[in-house]
Amino acid sequence: MENQQNIDSGSYLNMELLRFTTAGSVDDGKSTLIGRLLYDSKSIFEDQYEAIEESSKRKGEEHVNLAHLTDGLRAEREQGITIDVAYRYFATPKRKFIIADTPGHIQYTRNMVTGASTANLAIVLVDARKGMVEQTSRHSFIASLLGIPHVVYCINKMDLVDYSEETFNKIKEDIQNFSAKLETKDIHFIPISALNGDNVVHKSENMPWYEGTTLMYLLENIHIASDHNHRDCRFPVQYVIRPQSKELHDYRGYAGRIAGGIFKAGDEVKVLPSGKTSKIKSIDTFDGSVEEAFAPMSVTITLEDEVDISRGDMIVRENNQPEVVADFDVMLCWMNDKGLMPSGKYYIRNTSNEARCMVTEIKYKVDINTLHRIEDDKNISMNDIARVSLKTTKPLFVDRYSRNRNTGSIILIDEATNETVAAGMIV
Amino acid sequence: MQKYSLTHLKELESEAIYVLREVAAQFERPALLFSGGKDSIVVAHLARKAFYPAAIPFPLVHIDTGHNFPETITFRDEFVKKIGAQLIVGSVQQSIDEGKVVEEQGLNASRNKLQTVTLLDTIEQNKFDACMGGARRDEEKARAKERFFSHRDAFGQWDPKNQRPELWNIFNGKKHMGEHFRVFPISNWTEMDVWQYILSENIEIPSIYLAHERNVFNRDGVWMDVNDIILRKDNETPVKKIVRFRTIGDMTCTGAVESTADTLEKVIQEVAAARTTERGTRADDKRSEAAMEDRKKEGYF
Repeated sequence: MENQQNIDSGSYLNMELLRFTTAGSVDDGKSTLIGRLLYDSKSIFEDQYEAIEESSKRKGEEHVNLAHLTDGLRAEREQGITIDVAYRYFATPKRKFIIADTPGHIQYTRNMVTGASTANLAIVLVDARKGMVEQTSRHSFIASLLGIPHVVYCINKMDLVDYSEETFNKIKEDIQNFSAKLETKDIHFIPISALNGDNVVHKSENMPWYEGTTLMYLLENIHIASDHNHRDCRFPVQYVIRPQSKELHDYRGYAGRIAGGIFKAGDEVKVLPSGKTSKIKSIDTFDGSVEEAFAPMSVTITLEDEVDISRGDMIVRENNQPEVVADFDVMLCWMNDKGLMPSGKYYIRNTSNEARCMVTEIKYKVDINTLHRIEDDKNISMNDIARVSLKTTKPLFVDRYSRNRNTGSIILIDEATNETVAAGMIV
Repeated sequence: MQKYSLTHLKELESEAIYVLREVAAQFERPALLFSGGKDSIVVAHLARKAFYPAAIPFPLVHIDTGHNFPETITFRDEFVKKIGAQLIVGSVQQSIDEGKVVEEQGLNASRNKLQTVTLLDTIEQNKFDACMGGARRDEEKARAKERFFSHRDAFGQWDPKNQRPELWNIFNGKKHMGEHFRVFPISNWTEMDVWQYILSENIEIPSIYLAHERNVFNRDGVWMDVNDIILRKDNETPVKKIVRFRTIGDMTCTGAVESTADTLEKVIQEVAAARTTERGTRADDKRSEAAMEDRKKEGYF
């Protein structure tokens, strides 16, 4: 348990959080890789280990199958499938990690999009024997669409291709050629064997030709501080705090989580949609006022002037404003059994803002395996990705998704069932 | 650490505060389920932060099995007074007296499962539309798939196959009459995070989390409290041990561990070196491989 014992009070208070998603299907060793990361980082407890030892035995498996660590609900165990995104946690002395573990079968797109929406990094598993397959392009496309800043391709099962450098380089080249069409800026390739642990946590002795880092080293050291937008000041008002007490009778604080930029006390600001201007009087927290605040901090802002502000409004800087739009295009991922109703009406949510909307035009669907546009089929059903035009009942304050994942994202809610039926990235 | 980046604890804190505010904004009658355990204490602390300088805009609700550790109840009452919150108690004893539930019999009898009925009754009586709790995804595998905003039907049931997708930080709390939500602001925290946060924020917790001398007996490798409620077999002899509790639930299903960790710092060292999960001392999870999943489907926390 050396890793965990190293996490003393001092270093633990100085750790960063990295959220990553793992994409892969049943056979490419995703569960084994996660099991390996947890096991080799000593994040597995005895009772958990005993439980998987037990289920490995019961299933007649020779070795303790680390993949069982990620077994979930009984319904899933019975069917041998994964229903949904599962979240897992581990920490090393350097970072705390949240894994959004998404299954690889049907409903795949819906789940991967969900897992990807909050991730800093995506691990895409590629079977070294098969090389780049349709699924690899699908995963790459979704990672790019959801704006995941870093993608790590783990070329797995290197032990089954004699740890061949040539095989690795060929796959790497294929993926690089394909990725040139995508938006992801930071791409890495690591040859691994999740089963044997090569280059996962420990450097492989079987691949002396590989000069890069292990997966764990990359996860611990990749630069993530710039993943938030610190340029464009966006403060969606979430809740208005009015203490109503004698001492604080006139206190009006605007509570929210900063969606972009750096706000400072004394800043001239503008409130949308009213367009009123004022100055930041203070940025308050329970632990005292702060001079400046940045994404993703949750704070309470007070203004010098009395301005009428409510949930859904946005505080911004006068010289850097979001787009105020009621007609716009999004890349939509459909997530419900019931397909998109032509000219159907939905609730739309963007930051803390809510309106009603209708889909006015379906421009094209994307074949996520080939990236081709499909223009002659306008039926949008579960797991489809399409570019559509929306019209909202009131203006929203948005940025392009590629510029800001907080202000550039929307969800659609079915008015009859209240279910979240789609996620959208503003283009 | 770079200037414009947060430590993981600060980021988790910010996320939890965001969720708490979202609940206050999206629901009419929210409540915070408060057990007196460390996780719900942390959520209550975060709620103070979220609405500061105003008071917490919802009541704390305790489902009292009547079999709580006396230390927990004392702590609960002092805590509520200190932070000036409103407390609502739902009593399992009352549910038993009213004949709504039947007490389990025998050696391993526990009121843990009965709580679900009292909880659902309390929700209905007070017309709560969202109940926040301190459950974490790292606790148990049925919890690993739980949402921040977890939709429950009119019977309080959780349907794992029919959960709303949750993307970015946009939460959908829309519901029909009679339905409600369970909300888990510290979903992404681990046991270690909770302890580190308690230490760094100097949060008070019930004394039984720290090592103390106690009369206990051993059952299936777990040290159980000696009291009038838990029946003992003849060979289950009481002994004095230095123990502490890793979780605080109902006395009948919460075991202690042998430990000399009598300060928070020592507890953290112990958690870091621990070889079993904290729910390893919970008899309620040991009933079957899917015990938690089944209880959640019925409407458990």
